Amino acid sequence: MVRIVCLVLALLLPALATADVADVYDFSDRAQEQRYQNLIAELRCPKCQNQNIADSNAPISKDMRDVVYRMMKDGASNEEIVESLVGRFGEFVRYKPEFDSRTFLLWATPAIAVFGGLLVVAGVVIRSRRVGQESPALSAEEKARVDKMLTDEDKPS
Amino acid sequence: MKRFLLFLPLLIALVVGVVLFAGIGKDPTKLESALVGKPVPEFSLKDLHNPETMLDQSLFQGQVTLLNVWGTWCPACKDEHDDLMWLAEEKGVNIIGLNYKDNREDALVWLDRLGDPYRKTIYDPRGTLGFDLGVYGAPETFVIDAGGVVRYRHVGVVNETVWEQTLLPVINDVRGNG
Repeated sequence: MVRIVCLVLALLLPALATADVADVYDFSDRAQEQRYQNLIAELRCPKCQNQNIADSNAPISKDMRDVVYRMMKDGASNEEIVESLVGRFGEFVRYKPEFDSRTFLLWATPAIAVFGGLLVVAGVVIRSRRVGQESPALSAEEKARVDKMLTDEDKPS
Repeated sequence: MKRFLLFLPLLIALVVGVVLFAGIGKDPTKLESALVGKPVPEFSLKDLHNPETMLDQSLFQGQVTLLNVWGTWCPACKDEHDDLMWLAEEKGVNIIGLNYKDNREDALVWLDRLGDPYRKTIYDPRGTLGFDLGVYGAPETFVIDAGGVVRYRHVGVVNETVWEQTLLPVINDVRGNG
């Protein structure tokens, strides 16, 4: 009997651990909690620079998590929540900045890099083809010489 | 074409150099306030000295104001306190204090001991106005024009150099425009 109780308690331990991680907020369902987790994962802590507010222990991150939670409870959409924080702390708190004239290069750089890479590859391919056409395979005379060399090599000297 | 390719590394080095050079000396921990150009957020908070008096955003109407965010828990606030006293007493600067996430007793003891450079001090124990202002670390100092619009935010201590090189030019500019 004692063993069974111990086993049950042991099985409950992981549940305790996850309960600890899930902060102190109450969510009506799993989807809401997931939404909250996604939101705090993509908001950046203004104090600690390279941490999201989910990760950060800074007091300001705690305040921001509180506001995200409260606004969610009040039925705000994700955009409204993020906008309200951006309105206070600036574009900096977005890990995914909006696409506008200032962030154009940021968003376009990967595409430009891929396109540039493709251009280089295309250039290399085209050039190697052209070289291949300009100096075609060996002439008949050269071929005969090569064949002779190769067969000569096979023979023991 | 071949010859041009020889210069490509030099060209790339130059471009990267220019981009990196532009970043030298920039402090990434100092962010521009999202509130610049916007009015001070609405608030209704108690006066630190007189709990019965409520203060609100009309406090910033009529003259250019420095809004200094401080707390007794913040060591850098102590560093800048003498400079704020100097600004208030010698330069006659109109400073409003925002006592941020602090408790009244400690704050009053602090002002008693170190002097009070503030025309009024807003008591914001829960940091609500601080949050609306986008305060992410004390001390922070906002320049607010006579119409109650935020013009500039300085993160970090205020000292003579900051005053002369940063805040005073902004204030003169604001006065010139107003």
